[in-house]
Amino acid sequence: MASKIKVTDLDFYYGDFKALHDITLDIPEREVMAFIGPSGCGKSTFLRTFNRMNDTIPIARVDGNILIDGKDINSPKTDVVALRRKVGMVFQKSNPFPKSIFENVAYGIRINRMHSSKSDLEDKVEKALRDAALWEEVQDRLNTSALGLSGGQQQRLCIARALAVQPEVILMDEPASALDPIATQKIEELVVELKKDYTIVIVTHNMQQAGRVSDKTAFFMLGKLIEVNPTDKMFTNPDEKLTEDYITGRFG
Amino acid sequence: MAKTGTIGDTIFRTILIIFASTILLIVVAMIYMMAVNSMPTIRAFGISFLTGSDWKPASNIFGALPFIFGTVVSSLIALIIAVPISLGIAIFLVEQAPKKLATPISFMVELLAAIPSVVYGLWGIFVLAPFLVNYLGPFLQTYLGWLPLFEGSPKGTGMMLTGGIIMAIMVTPIITAVVRDVLEVVPTTQREAALALGATQWETTKIVLGNAASGIAGAIVLGLGRALGETMAVTMVIGNSPSISASLFDPAHTIASVLAANFPEATDEMYLSALIEMGLVLFLVTFIVNGLAKLLVAKVAKDSGTAKAT
Repeated sequence: MASKIKVTDLDFYYGDFKALHDITLDIPEREVMAFIGPSGCGKSTFLRTFNRMNDTIPIARVDGNILIDGKDINSPKTDVVALRRKVGMVFQKSNPFPKSIFENVAYGIRINRMHSSKSDLEDKVEKALRDAALWEEVQDRLNTSALGLSGGQQQRLCIARALAVQPEVILMDEPASALDPIATQKIEELVVELKKDYTIVIVTHNMQQAGRVSDKTAFFMLGKLIEVNPTDKMFTNPDEKLTEDYITGRFG
Repeated sequence: MAKTGTIGDTIFRTILIIFASTILLIVVAMIYMMAVNSMPTIRAFGISFLTGSDWKPASNIFGALPFIFGTVVSSLIALIIAVPISLGIAIFLVEQAPKKLATPISFMVELLAAIPSVVYGLWGIFVLAPFLVNYLGPFLQTYLGWLPLFEGSPKGTGMMLTGGIIMAIMVTPIITAVVRDVLEVVPTTQREAALALGATQWETTKIVLGNAASGIAGAIVLGLGRALGETMAVTMVIGNSPSISASLFDPAHTIASVLAANFPEATDEMYLSALIEMGLVLFLVTFIVNGLAKLLVAKVAKDSGTAKAT
């Protein structure tokens, strides 16, 4: 399958601290790739290089190459706003805006001027909420505050908000780590559903979750990519001793 | 309250209750004393004290309207100028400025807030007033003279405009400092959420402001409270003439400045009573403004769903 994101020899620094070492990785289109590894291994930092979210940190610096659809996203010519529209993100802690449910989903559509009329906007919001499996639960209260939703609903709202701007890649940074098992299951079902249309990269601490949702898994430790393999192989017969030790819970 | 702990805790709790009650006692005592001492004019004029626009202490005629007008209008001028500037500074400090620049600017904002009122007043007399009379005033007169606001010519002896501007300069650091603190506590995840959707810096800032709406409302009210009660600097530049004029070039008077300027000469019982009643009015105006502000902040917080500002 064609690769959507192609990373070559990537180094990443916070000031003098080297957080990522020489990472080379291909992420295939319309698949789910999971990043696993102990806390502080750099997997979230790596994820945030794909939509240049690390730009907000003044001391951060990137070396090496990240191509998305063959284009170097760190080139001076890159339009960061356009990049972030194409590469959506869902965060660890749900972070809806203090606005109504409708306005949360409409926000990205509005700022990117993607709607032709009010009814077009309403259609796009409805579609995003349906795609995020939230429509049935909120259709009667679109104009109430998003902060009145439960934690799991808020996280699916954030997914709907990301879907609304029609991205091609969705980055998920431990999207279910703050949720109960039932809400987690809904998010996982959603991830599997969404990979039909999107390339998804998900960071998780939960090995079972990686096993359930991902096609491929990459294991990181101390800023290095140790192993990347199909998820089935990774969890039954990993190539590296370190991976096996981590997966079987010998450290971490 | 449930009875718990030892005798020591009982004493501790009693002491705290005594301290807490003092604040209530002070408020009650102040209102009571002012009400008692302003009885002569309250009896003599009733409500017409508030609506009357003549102020002739020599003939025992006391109407407080010009002072109420001056207080409200000069405070409004101050807010109209100070609020956008304060928001701009605070947004720059929190959202844009590199730390190397933000720290000294923050320090200077706090320094400005600590300058005594009388120093602002002196600066107003020697720097601001001449500047307004010689430069800004004539400019406004030439280009906006058709507005009733800028009718006539700027008065060197003091005018509403100078009073409003000096107050704007005084409340700007206060509003800036509070808004800065409010913006700083907006979670980073809110900014990231906007950025991740392709928001520009300006669009992201609007999300941050939305999060901070109730706190910003609180900051503005704090500034208004300061402006309403500001005395010394305003007394020095506003002209101290109890007139009601649409033109900002005319002299005016505020409640606080009439109190400060006239107490020494108010030996007559009615005159003194009128001044104290004016103090009572200022007290009540501030009280009402604060009450309304609390409601406003609660409403903004409810509408935006953000946490209630303290």
